[in-house]
Amino acid sequence: MRDRMSGNEAVAFAMKQIDPDVMGAFPITPSTEIPQYFSKYIADGEVHTEFVAVESEHSAMSTCIGASAAGARAITATSSAGLAYMWELLYVAASSRLPIVMAVVNRALTGPININNDHSDSMGCRDSGWIQIYAENNQEVYDNYIQAMPVAEHCRLPIMICQDGFITSHAVENIELLEDEQVRSFVGEYDPEHYLLKKDEPLAVGPYGISPYYMEIKKGQAEAMKESRTRIYEVAEAFAKISGRSYGMIEEYMMDDADFAVVLIGSSAGTAKAAAHGLREAGIKAGVIKVRVFRPFPWEELRKALRGVKAVAVMDKSEGFSGWGGPLFAETRAALYDLEESARPLLQSLVYGLGGRDVTVSTFEAIYEDLARTAEAGTVEHIYRHVGVRGDEEGIQG
Amino acid sequence: MTYKLKEELNKKERFAQGHRLCAGCGAGVAVSAVLRALDEEDKAVVSNATSCLEVSTFIYPDTAYEDSYIHSAFENAAAMTGGVETAYRVLKKRGKIDENFKFICFGGDGGTYDIGLQSLSGAMERGHDMVYVCYDNEAYMNTGIQRSSATPRFADATTTPVGTKSYGKIQNKKDLTAIIAAHGVPYVAQTTMLGNFRDIHEKAHRAIYTEGPCFLNVLAPCPRGWRYGMDDLAEICRLAVDTCVWPLYEVVNGKWHLTYEPRTKLPVSDFLEKQGRFAHMFRPGNEWMIDEAQQYVDEKWENLKARCE
Repeated sequence: MRDRMSGNEAVAFAMKQIDPDVMGAFPITPSTEIPQYFSKYIADGEVHTEFVAVESEHSAMSTCIGASAAGARAITATSSAGLAYMWELLYVAASSRLPIVMAVVNRALTGPININNDHSDSMGCRDSGWIQIYAENNQEVYDNYIQAMPVAEHCRLPIMICQDGFITSHAVENIELLEDEQVRSFVGEYDPEHYLLKKDEPLAVGPYGISPYYMEIKKGQAEAMKESRTRIYEVAEAFAKISGRSYGMIEEYMMDDADFAVVLIGSSAGTAKAAAHGLREAGIKAGVIKVRVFRPFPWEELRKALRGVKAVAVMDKSEGFSGWGGPLFAETRAALYDLEESARPLLQSLVYGLGGRDVTVSTFEAIYEDLARTAEAGTVEHIYRHVGVRGDEEGIQG
Repeated sequence: MTYKLKEELNKKERFAQGHRLCAGCGAGVAVSAVLRALDEEDKAVVSNATSCLEVSTFIYPDTAYEDSYIHSAFENAAAMTGGVETAYRVLKKRGKIDENFKFICFGGDGGTYDIGLQSLSGAMERGHDMVYVCYDNEAYMNTGIQRSSATPRFADATTTPVGTKSYGKIQNKKDLTAIIAAHGVPYVAQTTMLGNFRDIHEKAHRAIYTEGPCFLNVLAPCPRGWRYGMDDLAEICRLAVDTCVWPLYEVVNGKWHLTYEPRTKLPVSDFLEKQGRFAHMFRPGNEWMIDEAQQYVDEKWENLKARCE
């Protein structure tokens, strides 16, 4: 069925169709609308979920941990400082192997306070043991959310379904929704093997894990994360059958013969595609790679897709403060290490869009022009640069 | 209900022997006593804030609890337990489980008076059907006897050490029991381990079987932090109560009741002198400390009596 809704409403609508057991949530811009919409569904008897209106995000995640360990399907939604406040418990959820589903509406972290979009919140917890899936638009965030539980519950790993604050969370777009029955049969019943409330089988969760055991637990998580890739593909394939929409770890746009490419995450991919499309008409072989799944990291897919491209800008919507580029850049660059030198692209890091700084088609045109110059020169002059910063001579303007 | 300790001790222990708490520790005795108040046919999920108790009772792969158990962090035990209880309600409503479960959460004073206060306040306000038990040993014992807001004035703790310019902790103890009572929850009580354990048993039973959020504050002495001989636990508890340092009372639906009034109120020094953490108060020239401690206890006791019906 066709409808028009914002990204936040699309997530809340997916939640309603799934009708999970427990939601613990706390308001924070720009994710607040999700628990708001959801509370209205509860108030109108459209879902049977217990909503726990906690006093903080820390307690939201604690509620989800308790509920999930008890055998319930537990969900939450947050942004920015809220996600940062949960940080300690993200590791607990992951190490306890609880398949909690969290809708993240990406927003800048405070310092200075800013409510607009970038990815510093979820990039800050990229190593917490959660699967992370990002969306370009409202349709994708809805589709990703429907796929979240079948992935998380099979892998016994928690999952973040991320979208860009305001850009997709508040913008209303056309959307293709599945029927309730389709969603319910696709997501299925949650039937964990062990849980606190299981009849005649007590369970203890959250031990003091001393040195002779701690590493085995961590290795178990690491293996689960590696194997989740297979499950992500399986679920995407099953989803394509009911929706006609296909997803992978990354999306390649005009990459078959691309000389120049940008690699990025989230809503800016649409703008990049528009720019690439325009440049193709002018005979410039531009392409785009959108990273959909950041955890587990799609290193094989990136290595294959970037093989032989002349020059590539890896674009981070978060400042890693590593001194030489953002996290997507660092990991993409590492993924290309094994390529033979002739197939290895010239690579640079571009940090962009922080705190909602706009990027437009002309910004991407400037980036592609710069990549062409880099390819011509055969060397990367500045490996680590910023986009659209006033007075920044080394950076990219446009 | 006629309470008989012998009969209670014949029940199957829910808190197994062989945990790794210190000899003479009040926490393990408190946990056994509270869990003994569960009716035998009822199941429970026991939860913990990170604490001495947690790291001594669930060291992978051994658990001391016969019931299901969960721990996740220091400051979130009440919220986490609220999550378990919420899952219970929804799974029961959906017909996925049919047994009766009770939810009992234990935290130390650090995890309750201090870092976990927000989480506890939230869970109490939201009305989860659970019991939160603070085992109050009056300092951060798990990390090495640092002061908490439950540490009494004059106590020698490792972050309020006695020195040439310091007489120990400056501030009086926070009145957490009254703070939780102010939430308007159906049942709040102060207790400790006395004689035949009737007081703690009856209060725990009432807390477990009162619908809604209930709170027990249990004075649980610590032989390392308080510096008493490990045989002296029972005597220390008795002195805390008979000096009115730790009055026994309950707040039932907003009504305050004393549950014990000492026949002869003993001087506070009887309680203090048994413990190394107060030893400096007995040095010549420091008599004012004992006087001020006595004044404080007297005032609190009179206020409490005035509040009780």
